[in-house]
Amino acid sequence: MSISVRNLNYIYNPGMPGETVALRDVSFDVADGTILGVIGHTGSGKSTLLQHLNGLIKPTSGEVYIDGECITDGKTKMTDIRRKVGLVFQYPEYQLFEETVSKDVAFGPKNLGLDEEEQQERVKKAIGLVGLDYDEIKDLSPFELSGGMKRRVAIAGVIAMDPKILILDEPTAGLDPSAHRDILAMVRRIHDEMGIILIFVSHNMADVAEMSDKVMVMSDGQVALEGTPAEVFSQGDKLSAMGLSVPPAREIAELIKRKAPDFSSKALTIDEAAGDIRRYLEETRG
Amino acid sequence: MIRDITLGQYYPGDSWVHRLDARTKIIATLLYLIELFVVNNFYGFLITAAVLAAVIALSRVPVKFIFRGLTAVFLIIAFTFLLNLFMVDGRVLWHWKFLTITYEGLSRAFFMAIRLVLIIIGSSIMTLTTKPVELTDGLEKLLYPFSKIGLPSHEIALMMTIALRFIPTLMEETDKIIKAQQARGADFESGNLFQRAKSLIPILVPLFVSSFRIAQDLALAMEARCYHGGSGRTRMNEIRFERADAVAAVLMVVFLIVIIASRFI
Amino acid sequence: MKFIEVKDLKIEFTRIDENGREVPGKVALDGISLDIEKGSFVAVVGMNGSGKSTLAKCFNGLLAPSAGRVVVGGFDTAEEEHIWDVRRRVGMVFQNPDNQIVSSIVEDDVAFGPENLGIEPKEIRRRVDDALKRVGMYELKDKGAHMLSGGQKQRIAIAGAIAMRPECIVFDEPTAMLDPKGRASVMSIIRDLNAEGITCILITHFMSEAEQADRVIVLKKGKVLCDRTPEALFSDREMIEKAGLEMPPAIEIRDKAGLPEHLTTADDIADYIAKK
Repeated sequence: MSISVRNLNYIYNPGMPGETVALRDVSFDVADGTILGVIGHTGSGKSTLLQHLNGLIKPTSGEVYIDGECITDGKTKMTDIRRKVGLVFQYPEYQLFEETVSKDVAFGPKNLGLDEEEQQERVKKAIGLVGLDYDEIKDLSPFELSGGMKRRVAIAGVIAMDPKILILDEPTAGLDPSAHRDILAMVRRIHDEMGIILIFVSHNMADVAEMSDKVMVMSDGQVALEGTPAEVFSQGDKLSAMGLSVPPAREIAELIKRKAPDFSSKALTIDEAAGDIRRYLEETRG
Repeated sequence: MIRDITLGQYYPGDSWVHRLDARTKIIATLLYLIELFVVNNFYGFLITAAVLAAVIALSRVPVKFIFRGLTAVFLIIAFTFLLNLFMVDGRVLWHWKFLTITYEGLSRAFFMAIRLVLIIIGSSIMTLTTKPVELTDGLEKLLYPFSKIGLPSHEIALMMTIALRFIPTLMEETDKIIKAQQARGADFESGNLFQRAKSLIPILVPLFVSSFRIAQDLALAMEARCYHGGSGRTRMNEIRFERADAVAAVLMVVFLIVIIASRFI
Repeated sequence: MKFIEVKDLKIEFTRIDENGREVPGKVALDGISLDIEKGSFVAVVGMNGSGKSTLAKCFNGLLAPSAGRVVVGGFDTAEEEHIWDVRRRVGMVFQNPDNQIVSSIVEDDVAFGPENLGIEPKEIRRRVDDALKRVGMYELKDKGAHMLSGGQKQRIAIAGAIAMRPECIVFDEPTAMLDPKGRASVMSIIRDLNAEGITCILITHFMSEAEQADRVIVLKKGKVLCDRTPEALFSDREMIEKAGLEMPPAIEIRDKAGLPEHLTTADDIADYIAKK
């Protein structure tokens, strides 16, 4: 499985007073099994781009290839794309609608035309993957659950379609620190167990540095930076010019560097920064 | 697309039309709507269109912006046109199987379509040139005499303010819900009428839940900002009836007389 | 000087049972006692469901105590006749930027509060202009609210509170739905308002925001788990874990690198290393 995006352009309200260019000449590739972190401000074009990947928006020009197949030529059946590419929107818990959790999670599989038995199997597996107890929760109303659980159920609803590419738009938005950690661990587990491409949008640079194999920075409808977390976060000046930042661990390392010029660190995570400090102190002591 | 609907939107500006008292504009629009139904011939429509064009020019709202509102209701206009075209009896112009076009049908269809277009453009001029708050304040003032017989004029006006404010929010919400369910493979286009109606449930339930959440949040926010009904409330911008309004009123009456006269051409 | 006094506050929600009778439901706050000093900047943290937002709504009488008392500037929030005196003194900014804006046009929305207070039109105009300038939104006063970004909408909501000339503003997770830029702009406004003497109460999930307050109140299951300065709170790992919170990155790095405990900020750490 792979994604290729070529020269994608998208214009809202073309020829109208409200005309806005949302994407300009966006091209990139995502290899099988990758976790791609996407960062950028509201209005940078992130959401518009992600919606192109499963055909919810048709580009003004340019192509999207999923597994080598062009999905933007108008010939592909939309259900085939959505079977392959699962998209979880921001605050997905607001899209729950069924009487019971299991019915809600079964909505996707049912739309794919699977039979009853297969639907239930998918539901069971998906609920397990998001870390909930199937027997305990299947007959409850989704509206009775806590916020964090609702979000898990909503994510299960997309996972139950058994996508090969899973896109999550800010999966941790609005959660408290411990629910935040739980959801991140869950996302990581889903990626590892399903062996899929995972794309997630986040405003939390520490999460992006920790989770991603590759990072893409969107700004003003364009891909501004792209590369490994180390490559992207070594360009702190460019990021801050876009109003973005590096992970806090890197920020602290940079601060130390300014005050202690022989200290050097390319740390992205807390552990790396702590390790570099330890080493530096041992060296200066010795 | 949903975001193309311009009815109820405000186009900031400082033109002569913008500065008129909201009450003047509401009454003028009402008169204009009545006139449209009085008009029965080509000359009447020509005069109305000319007056409308003059008002648009005075308002300095870009014509493009006004016509965008029409694209959203194009289907309704087309449907009205076809309905009138085929449904009216009279002198036959063209006939094929069960379809018949008559001279009367053709002229009625044209008039109805033009009437609809003029209604939509005319009323959107009012909302485009009047801030929502002024519009609802104007309405509240106009309805005030009726509050003596129990009409809740302040509440009606506030309800309109909130409705206008939340139209874009709810449209965005609807758009998002539709897309989220489409991402789960939902199909809103195929199947018979019953199946299609059923396929709306995944949109309607979350939409209701969202609307209630918004209503609850908003009620709380209003209470926190000391809202306690219309009594004792003041306004930042008191609306005032000025000379320009008198001029506009006179012009509207002249227009009405001309239109009535046009019936006898 | 105390501005808000909370004594043995209990909030118990009722629910309707199968027979249509009102019965006691969830206890959201269970015996809270605390004072908020005039001009202070207090953060309230805790997990989802710990009662943070419920407490916020008690500070300006949006919720009346089931038991106990909340006194704001000398007025008891349980007394109906003083409820407007309380709400005029304590403004509130909520989490969702969209759902708290009443009017379609920026300046009309900011005017909503003062209009409810029955203030002279000219004075409202002055207050609205002043409030919009203080949040840096004066240039956008004629714009439609739905055209703004989340951060800008939140600044309008703050201007709406400022225009009522409150002594205190309660911020209920104001940055939860914003991007980093919006979040930074809201936090800088909160700091400015506090510097001008407005008492600020900030409910948040972000430890980096709680760190900026003079004092942090930690709630758990409707009770005050602890109430201390950010420095004291973040030097107590056991407490942080018990409350389901997290350490600010500087402290995590300090502890993992084995640095001395008196270093509490990134600056401290950098200075310490530079001196070695």
